[in-house]
Amino acid sequence: MSWISTTPAEREEMLAAIGVETIDDLFATIPESVRLKGLDLPGSKSEMAVAKAVADLASRNTPGVVSFLGGGYYDHYIPAAVDALASRSEFLTAYTPYQPECSQGTLQAIYEYQSAICRLAGMDVANASLYDGGTAVFEAATMAVRATRRERIVCAPSLNPLYRRMLATHMANLGLEILDGDNAEGAACVIAQNPSFLGDIQDLTDLAARCHEHGALLVVSFYPISLGLLKSPGEMGADIAVGEGQSLGLPLGFGGPYLGIMATRKNLIRKMPGRIAAATADAEGRRGYVLTLQAREQHIRREKAMSNICSNEAHCALRTLIYLCMLGKEGLREVAAQCHAKAEYLKSRLGFAETLNAGPTFNEFAVRLPRNAADVAQRLLDQGYTAGLPLASLDAGGPNDLLIAVTEQRTRKEMDEFAAALENASCH
Amino acid sequence: MYPSNLRYSKTHEWIRAEEGQWAVGITAYAAEHLGEVTYLELPEPGTEVKAGDEVGAIESVKAASEIYSPAGGTVAEVNEALTDNLERIGASPHDEAWFFKLTGVDEDELAGLMDAAAYEKYLAELDE
Amino acid sequence: MSLIFEQSRCGRRAMKLEPLDVPEAPLADALCRQSPAELPEVSELDVVRHFTNLSRKNFGVDSHFYPLGSCTMKYNPKIADVAAGLPGFAGLHPHLATEHTYWPACGGALALIHETERLLAEIAGMRQVSLQPMAGAHGELAGTLLIAAYHRDKGNRKDTIIVPDSAHGTNPASAAIAGYKVVEVPSDKDGTIHVDSFRAVLNESVAGVMLTCPNTHGLFEPAVQELAKLAHEVDALMYYDGANLNAIIGKCRPGDLGFDVMHFNLHKTFGTPHGMGGPGSGPVGVGERLEPFLPGPRVIRAGEDLRIAVPPKSIGQMAPFFGNFLVAVRAYAYILQLGGEGLREVAENAVLNANYMLARLRAAYQPAFESGFMHECVLTGTPQAKQGARALDIAKALLDYGFHAPTVYFPLTVKESLMIEPTETESKATLDAFCEAMLEIAAAIEKDAASLADAPRTTPVGRLDEVRAAKELDVAY
Repeated sequence: MSWISTTPAEREEMLAAIGVETIDDLFATIPESVRLKGLDLPGSKSEMAVAKAVADLASRNTPGVVSFLGGGYYDHYIPAAVDALASRSEFLTAYTPYQPECSQGTLQAIYEYQSAICRLAGMDVANASLYDGGTAVFEAATMAVRATRRERIVCAPSLNPLYRRMLATHMANLGLEILDGDNAEGAACVIAQNPSFLGDIQDLTDLAARCHEHGALLVVSFYPISLGLLKSPGEMGADIAVGEGQSLGLPLGFGGPYLGIMATRKNLIRKMPGRIAAATADAEGRRGYVLTLQAREQHIRREKAMSNICSNEAHCALRTLIYLCMLGKEGLREVAAQCHAKAEYLKSRLGFAETLNAGPTFNEFAVRLPRNAADVAQRLLDQGYTAGLPLASLDAGGPNDLLIAVTEQRTRKEMDEFAAALENASCH
Repeated sequence: MYPSNLRYSKTHEWIRAEEGQWAVGITAYAAEHLGEVTYLELPEPGTEVKAGDEVGAIESVKAASEIYSPAGGTVAEVNEALTDNLERIGASPHDEAWFFKLTGVDEDELAGLMDAAAYEKYLAELDE
Repeated sequence: MSLIFEQSRCGRRAMKLEPLDVPEAPLADALCRQSPAELPEVSELDVVRHFTNLSRKNFGVDSHFYPLGSCTMKYNPKIADVAAGLPGFAGLHPHLATEHTYWPACGGALALIHETERLLAEIAGMRQVSLQPMAGAHGELAGTLLIAAYHRDKGNRKDTIIVPDSAHGTNPASAAIAGYKVVEVPSDKDGTIHVDSFRAVLNESVAGVMLTCPNTHGLFEPAVQELAKLAHEVDALMYYDGANLNAIIGKCRPGDLGFDVMHFNLHKTFGTPHGMGGPGSGPVGVGERLEPFLPGPRVIRAGEDLRIAVPPKSIGQMAPFFGNFLVAVRAYAYILQLGGEGLREVAENAVLNANYMLARLRAAYQPAFESGFMHECVLTGTPQAKQGARALDIAKALLDYGFHAPTVYFPLTVKESLMIEPTETESKATLDAFCEAMLEIAAAIEKDAASLADAPRTTPVGRLDEVRAAKELDVAY
């Protein structure tokens, strides 16, 4: 009976009002032969028992306390206000703002989120969110196909290999060609990532110029925290900027929910999938917000829609907005600068390993250890460290290669001790 | 209500001869179904099109639709003034609110289009 | 209310970091942005007050009755939020699953994924479930990609998916992304699909049939088993859109009805919050035929151990890891607390509530179909429209009574449609209050339909100018 309000007496009244005798009469259209006798599930439990069961499962997860694991998903500090505000149930238990008059909280928050993303990425317009960074890459690719009427997608080697796999899965039946490299000739778009999956910082300005010369779009997948310091996709000349929003106030959560960020230039707004909030006014001239350009979406255009997306990640976008407000203009710059400086420091302490990045890196870099990276990671896990991502596990490097990420949360002391432990495990 | 000097497509475009060129627009039926138009995208002058090609797009708050060329030819001129006066599409769909003009139209190709009477009959069937 | 950007004051900060304890590291100017992103410069109190006040401009399930048809806006239990917030889940890095060395460090999460998939499979009569799809529409895409992979594997040349005219727009949109042409099958006057109309569109080129059952008219498809049999005769697979699973959960199972593949909406049926439009979660379930094609990686049981592996003919990755894991944690807690018996009561009370409302509303409103409504009822506001008030006016008038509006103008098959889904968690008192408001509105329309034109009057803003929004496209400050 959990969470059901009706009493047995009320049920009888309601059945009488309907004019049937039993609840089963209301299920008369279900053929007798398929009606269930019961499900093979455990019996119902008290909330206390459920609390204990989930806590037991959670306690069986024992990652290292000090983490250097990144690979597109990062352990940044989340200010307390993010959880406190985002957990307000007026946000959490609302639906898509289809009735704008009673959803102004949602709509203004989306408008502010769009504004913050545009400022961060240096773009003109942003949508209200996509599922995650990987699906955002897919949506950007099909958007480029619509905008250019070309059928070739080119993926630069800098792209997260998980995004590359997801792109192939999602596009499998669209009759489009996916090539690797950065040749823009005949392409709808070139998709590049900055910093690269291995942490390299690049200036994609020249690539943008080459894309435009060949009538292709440049899609840049960005790491939002890095934009506290680094040249934005807009400054480089990107046409579509996408990113994984996890680093902006979302818990790592073992894979989700995350946030697909998408922003573009004004002239491409009608090719962009997803919801968009816009400012307008009511009859008395009061400022308010509505969803706009909805006629492009699936509930109206059906098979001709820009995308099939309906549910998005609006609540994650809200968290991101609150996070960006808590950090502010200077705070984001400082987090980015700290991530970079600390990663540089750790890199300088790992002289025993070969750094695989040729140029500058942001907060992540790859090293080749003197022995198998997975074995080393195993030994460090026992000492309380998550050492990083052995690159062979994603077919993104050799057996001894390890991808190491550093966030503002790591201290000099932790890094000194980790460097010593890593050296010890790798060399002795 | 549908002028007899226009020919009509099933996708609700019309075409009309005009001093050696052919003007194209959308019908009153289409305009009414869209409601107040918020956006119009027209082809570039010089574009060569085939009958049935998607040549533009039109949007309102509640609907979005492609514009298909009812005939093949070359886009000679587009109605730039219209994009700033979108309300004319609802007010004068068959007259003022032409979208673009074609040259080099093969008149035989127009045989596949409907005359006013046939179009009105087609609309009656649609609304059933 | 002002924008957070409008409250910005140069030099104000909400958060301080620990002082940098390593040397600063230079970076070439050419790689750096010219000026910092213009984010708001505000205090913590500014942020807290701003978002607290924004939240108060929303209706949510916790504050308002929200009978939005097709959306299943039920109460979202708090224990589920607590479960998802446990540091052992929320703080867990997903790449722990990528490297097998780390698997023991995420054993509880892998067990939860495996168990949730197993529970969902049992609930729906499916053989296997994957939690990867991140929303309902994403689950539809996974499902249609699975159908395509199945036919490709068998060498079948098929290019069409059948979708009813009453379907959610996501169905045809998903089928299109999976590379299929969409053919509509019309609903009959009674709101369901008849075998004859189905036969008329079914042929060898059909790869799959996407059905919602009960359908978006709120009606169980009486011929569903016959439709499945006919589809299977031409080797077309049956897709079950789980949007309306709340109506039949614990009462019957899509797998037993003849469906081969489906998606669940954890944010509808399994009580996870809708969060202003997302995140949701849209796990995909399959029968025997599609099992080898499931998206991977998957958590599989090998004796006592859990391992991670990719199915032999997998379509690939729909998500970077295991989908929206923290949403699955919530759904797991929900299922655990209700158990099999509790889930059956969900469907029974959802259907009871919808039928009770219909019984009361019949006094003034016209049902779109004669009979057979399950968890939601669809009314047509045509009589009211003739008196001068559209479904939209009724929706706006309800806001002034403190109720969220029903879904209006969907399904597209019903003119002036008002689609009411109360869900199982609402009390009779709430249903009565809503029905009385609806009856008062109907009476007001009879008296003076124009009186609704300026509703809502009690919300922070009145009806907004959507044409202006679309023309000006002011979408960022």
